[in-house]
Amino acid sequence: MFKEIVNIISLWALPFIILTILTVAVIKKVPVYETFIDGAKNGVKTGISIFPYLVAIIVAISMLRASGIIDCCADICSGLLDRIHIPADIIPLTIVRSLSGSAAIGVFSDIVANNDINSYTSKLAAIMMGSSETTFYVLTVYFGAVGIKKYRYALLTGICADIVGIVMSVVVARVFFC
Amino acid sequence: MNYIWYFLIIISIIFAAFNATLDEVTKAIFSGCELSIKIGLTLTAIMTFWLGIMKIAEKSGIVEFVSKLLTPVTGKIFPEVPRNNPVIGDIAMNFSANALGLANAATPMGIKAMQGLQKINKDKNSASNSMCTLLAMNTAGFQLIPATVLAILAANGCKNPTEIIVPTLIVTSVAFVSAIVMARLFQTVFPPQKVEMEDKNV
Repeated sequence: MFKEIVNIISLWALPFIILTILTVAVIKKVPVYETFIDGAKNGVKTGISIFPYLVAIIVAISMLRASGIIDCCADICSGLLDRIHIPADIIPLTIVRSLSGSAAIGVFSDIVANNDINSYTSKLAAIMMGSSETTFYVLTVYFGAVGIKKYRYALLTGICADIVGIVMSVVVARVFFC
Repeated sequence: MNYIWYFLIIISIIFAAFNATLDEVTKAIFSGCELSIKIGLTLTAIMTFWLGIMKIAEKSGIVEFVSKLLTPVTGKIFPEVPRNNPVIGDIAMNFSANALGLANAATPMGIKAMQGLQKINKDKNSASNSMCTLLAMNTAGFQLIPATVLAILAANGCKNPTEIIVPTLIVTSVAFVSAIVMARLFQTVFPPQKVEMEDKNV
């Protein structure tokens, strides 16, 4: 029941929003096509201005992943974290999650493929995955779009929020699924 | 950011030298570029689409409606933004899109909001308090339904993937609120810098 409602919401969210916006606009006699083009022009401009920032961060993070240091860190941490009931498989996810969205999806798929899908590890990974965003990507894209060079405390806030998210995931997962 | 970027690259190269993965790191430079093209072009196209839709929403008064609805909240979270500034509408739309899990729609709206905040920012090189708060809201990734995760779980044969929704909601809410609170705390610790710190060498 609940599952069906959720599925319906996910399926309808986007079409519904587009439908509402267009219908209201037509009722109010807004020239929808011209207005769309007018607004869309800014998209190209913004996209190009973000590009250098995107290349800078994506290349740096690709290099970091290729060097194997993330796996190495995971190995070092695993013994320690096992003791507080964080499965070793989760560790790469905690590191990759804030760096790269596509990599995180890859790691997550890997975790659920290699563990029992209904296990505590899979659930914990799912919660972690669903409750966080790719901090570095968001930071780069949003600030890149407007040419901000001094991030001040923005990165610190993002990382702290990620840590809160990781800790909370473990706590909540234990309460619900242990 | 200069140091972070430098650090990311240097540590990769040094570690790779010891780990005998230098060739892979070199390859990663090019595969990273390829990936950037893919993400950059996709992002640009998606942004073009959503900014078009957003313009329609703006002209038909929907943005204003949503922003009025959320004004009591946004006013508290963004005390430095004048109440009648249109950027409030963009922030409200960005938040709504995030909450619905529409990452593709949320990013263009967030960028639009960021551009609006840049207009009222005094130092164009340095992030304003409001910008950092907006970013905190977005990096915390608040969403009501984690659609991608549910899809992956279902694809792997999970019996009832929806049971992770409530726990995820709890975690994401806590992270979201704490991100905003932390942004507030940090803004007193890191006051806006003077312009003379301009962009050193990368």
